[in-house]
Amino acid sequence: MKYVDEYRDGEVARRIAARIATELQPGRRYHFMEFCGGHTHAIARYGIGELLPPQLRMIHGPGCPVCVLPIGRIDQAIGLALQHRAIVCTYGDTMRVPASESLSLMRAKARGGDIRMVYSAADALKVARENPGREVVFFAIGFETTTPPTAVVIRQAQAEGLRNFSVLCCHVLTPSAITHILESAEVRQYGTVPIDGFVGPAHVSIVIGSGPYEHFAEEYRKPVVIAGFEPLDVMQAVLMLVRQVNEGRAEVENEFARAVTREGNLAAQRLVAEVFELRERFEWRGLGEVPYSALKIRPAFAEFDAERRFGLVYQGVPDHKQCECGAILRGVKRPTDCKLFGTVCTPENPMGSCMVSSEGACAAHYTYGRFKDAAVVAG
Amino acid sequence: MRKPVSLALVEDAQVGDFVIVHVGFAIGRVDADEAERTLALFAEMAAQDAAAAATAP
Repeated sequence: MKYVDEYRDGEVARRIAARIATELQPGRRYHFMEFCGGHTHAIARYGIGELLPPQLRMIHGPGCPVCVLPIGRIDQAIGLALQHRAIVCTYGDTMRVPASESLSLMRAKARGGDIRMVYSAADALKVARENPGREVVFFAIGFETTTPPTAVVIRQAQAEGLRNFSVLCCHVLTPSAITHILESAEVRQYGTVPIDGFVGPAHVSIVIGSGPYEHFAEEYRKPVVIAGFEPLDVMQAVLMLVRQVNEGRAEVENEFARAVTREGNLAAQRLVAEVFELRERFEWRGLGEVPYSALKIRPAFAEFDAERRFGLVYQGVPDHKQCECGAILRGVKRPTDCKLFGTVCTPENPMGSCMVSSEGACAAHYTYGRFKDAAVVAG
Repeated sequence: MRKPVSLALVEDAQVGDFVIVHVGFAIGRVDADEAERTLALFAEMAAQDAAAAATAP
């Protein structure tokens, strides 16, 4: 595919890796966080970790949409299907996230809940049109990439006068999550998570632009290089980060210039601002309650807000005691540090959210890290 | 495989443009010039490496 295959050339990847190796300063260690789950997946899938020298470590960040979704939110969606008997539509990855009482949306479906996997928010709207006698709720999750499509369908529902459609809005914001990590005790005081720079998100940055990262680079003295999702993009971004660290620079650079501008997609931003407003607080799995880190539906669209429509009250629920997803999402631990990893917790039977999506750190490690074979031997 | 993609978020997209699609919505366009510039950077690196190898003692 054009603009994809060219950025997957193995020979060029090895060349960039060699360049990175020669430019690293002896005796110095380099730690870069890839915020986005799309990059976590690319790093595991293309074996980028193995191409990089041992003194350079990639730390997985919390930018995997289903990974950061707390149990309490899945419980709300399950409640809508089982107690309120609504048709709940959601993206596929959300189906298997573990919820309370050993449930998940998938298991709630097996118990008779009308839960439907959709590819797009537009499909959820279609379900509402086709079922005028039923309540249809779109369980909307994700970062700034999935938020504009949700805004489009809410406006469309209003324009069509659809009375049976609403949205359980769980959209979250990338810049707030990065700030939260930079402000966390682990990064600021204890130094347990040394971060020398960030690989900035690809698709999120198409929407929000490179501008919002300028604050991190300046305020926290951390270089940010926005990268595309292809392996050469990631390798080149790492090389650019190494150069910034070596030269003592902390700037926002854009490797993904073919799709990302400084101001981003203004039409999408306007739509989002019209339909959504900031939530004062929102619970993230792994990060806890983060102030002003998520969006809710504006009063002008109140009739499409499932929380208002069904009188939902958020109830936080602690994660599985031994699950290390929280620490993994903060970059404090690696998947293999978790006792459950690859034994009790596998992509077929995930105990924690990081094992669910292919963008989750645990699932990516498990699928591409030869743990499959190891698990078979151990079993 | 054919899938419907909404252009609601990139209304100025023209036939022949490449767009980046996320959950069934085009969220941005690919700038062909910038795409070539990034590839040229990789090619330049290859040329530099070849030159360095040729002049190595």
